[in-house]
Amino acid sequence: MGKMSLTQHLIGSLVVAFAFLAPASARAQDHRLPTNGSNGGGMDTHLFRPAVDSKGFFSVNGSDILAKAGYKEFPKTWADWTTAMKKIKSQMSPRQFPILMPTNEWPQPVMFALEAGSPILRDDGRYGAFEQPAFRKGFDFYLGFYRQGFASPVSSSQVSNLFQEFERGNIAMYISGPWYIGEFKNRLDSATQKKWMTAAMPGINGPGVSLALGSSLSLFAASQHKKEAWLLMEYMSRPAIQLQFYVLTGDLPPRKAAWQDTTFANNKYTRAFRDQLERVVPLPQVPEWEEIATTIYEHGEQAIRKAKTVDQTLASLDQDVNAMLEKRRYLLAQEKPKT
Amino acid sequence: MSATLPPDGAASGEMLSEPLPGMVAIKRRFPWSRDPGAHTPSDVGKAAWLFLAPALVLIFVFFFLPVLASLVLSVTDFDIYAIANPPTTRFVGMANYTKLFHSPEFWQALRNTFYFALVGGPLTIAVSLGTALLLNAKLVRFKSFFRTIYFTPFVTTLVAVSIVWRYLYHTRYGVLNYGLAHLGIAPIDWLGNPHWAMPAIILMSIWKNFGYNMLIFIAGLQAIPQDLYDAAEIDGAGPVRRFFAVTLPLLGPTLLFVSVITMIGYFQLFSEPYVMTQGGPLRATTSVVLMMYEEGFRWWRMGYAAAIAFVLFVVILIATLIQFRLQKEHA
Repeated sequence: MGKMSLTQHLIGSLVVAFAFLAPASARAQDHRLPTNGSNGGGMDTHLFRPAVDSKGFFSVNGSDILAKAGYKEFPKTWADWTTAMKKIKSQMSPRQFPILMPTNEWPQPVMFALEAGSPILRDDGRYGAFEQPAFRKGFDFYLGFYRQGFASPVSSSQVSNLFQEFERGNIAMYISGPWYIGEFKNRLDSATQKKWMTAAMPGINGPGVSLALGSSLSLFAASQHKKEAWLLMEYMSRPAIQLQFYVLTGDLPPRKAAWQDTTFANNKYTRAFRDQLERVVPLPQVPEWEEIATTIYEHGEQAIRKAKTVDQTLASLDQDVNAMLEKRRYLLAQEKPKT
Repeated sequence: MSATLPPDGAASGEMLSEPLPGMVAIKRRFPWSRDPGAHTPSDVGKAAWLFLAPALVLIFVFFFLPVLASLVLSVTDFDIYAIANPPTTRFVGMANYTKLFHSPEFWQALRNTFYFALVGGPLTIAVSLGTALLLNAKLVRFKSFFRTIYFTPFVTTLVAVSIVWRYLYHTRYGVLNYGLAHLGIAPIDWLGNPHWAMPAIILMSIWKNFGYNMLIFIAGLQAIPQDLYDAAEIDGAGPVRRFFAVTLPLLGPTLLFVSVITMIGYFQLFSEPYVMTQGGPLRATTSVVLMMYEEGFRWWRMGYAAAIAFVLFVVILIATLIQFRLQKEHA
């Protein structure tokens, strides 16, 4: 999931990047990172995250289980989704769950909070915005999965074989990215092959937002071969090359032009992702993000297991994240001492 | 060098009263070689330093220098910003240490580490000693076969082992819970329950590590002379008495070695939770080293991570000194 991507960008000064992600909403915002003026030589460090391949999150569902519950297509709103899970749950045994949502994954709580309109961080990434109503709304929805018994509070390392669980009907939905399409095609047995489909993330009022995860192409300011690097980036962003890249790796192209090819037009599984590309929102562009994201799910786990109340959880989340951002606040203050 | 040496044979009288026969033979065959007796103590000292130099340089460059560097690092806030732009590093004095001692996560990690070392360590040693005694017994057949079998887990890749154990621990399909069900015990969520996750890690670690200690114990047992047992038997000592009066005291040095090595290794618990649980659930299996790794190499708070490393160093040092002291008193 691009664990290193942020830090890789940070090593060395980065001034030029190539944002070629097609949908305007998905275009990663560039964000200025403060540098110490005394040694920066007037060179600013910029951080860009132009996703080469936009890995939105989606749900794979056992479409027959949904059909049994009376659904022809996947619900589009949170309310419908909740109702659907309730129906599915009522038809399942106590040890079966409508959705598999591991407690040690950050994209789910973050995605729900973004859908609820939370900026996650406030004041240009200086402080956490976890006690604000928007984050709380998303967080409550997240906790609801466990509180209402839609998901079992397991960590991803406890799930030994996701595909078997699908085949046995122990789970009906799973939120993941398009890289799983190939896995599902290869690993589900033939009986289950006819029973699965991808769907776009539901939202509060209609289709929901999604995240652009994945790798980025960046060009370093100190690069000795800017021209050559630029040529490579230009080459990598050609629709035909993106298509080839998809065939080789299964990573979906971010450019609309590449999607017009028949490879995608005839592929029912990738359709949901094409749809989701229009509703991709950027994550907070701070180098501390990996740590913040992990802290979010760790706090989530405390709330899920009722080690803390929701109020306590969100307060301590703000406190911890604010402590993590201390250096950032200091550097930003150094950069603009007067304003 | 040769210019500073005295002429052949000049000092030989001082060092050796008469040349050894072998030296005379060497001298005859290689007339250009120096008389070994010609070396003054200071020459010997120089030569010793010269021979030690490569090792010392390596130790200095790859051990003392990094330790010194991380000590310096631990009083700074060297972090992800500093990696991109070193001048943003601030000197923070003892702030990293203060923060550490006020961090509930650190105390939890320390508790977890002690839990693992103090429960897992003795259990591993007990199992190792037990199997060593069994394999050393005269009645046991196919000794080398069992030795190999018991040693195999130690040399098996931990990641592969962890994946297999994850299956064994699986709440629904795991063989462990299957066995418990036959005894009428409700399934245990081994890796998902904060109370059971650490025992689960300890159980796996015992299985993984006892083979190594077992081999050392077997070597120690084989060094105990048989006549001591015979004498004890004649004196009327039963098997239990023989174990406590003969085996255990004579295994003392081996036991010290094994317990120090095991304890140092166990205080550095990392891979098992890293692969099996990622430190969860609710950080119940986050060890000090795992926390250090996360702070240092996932969040790039190198200064803070260096402070953790030093605290762990002090903890291990104290624990080792206590063990030496206990052993000395016992002896």
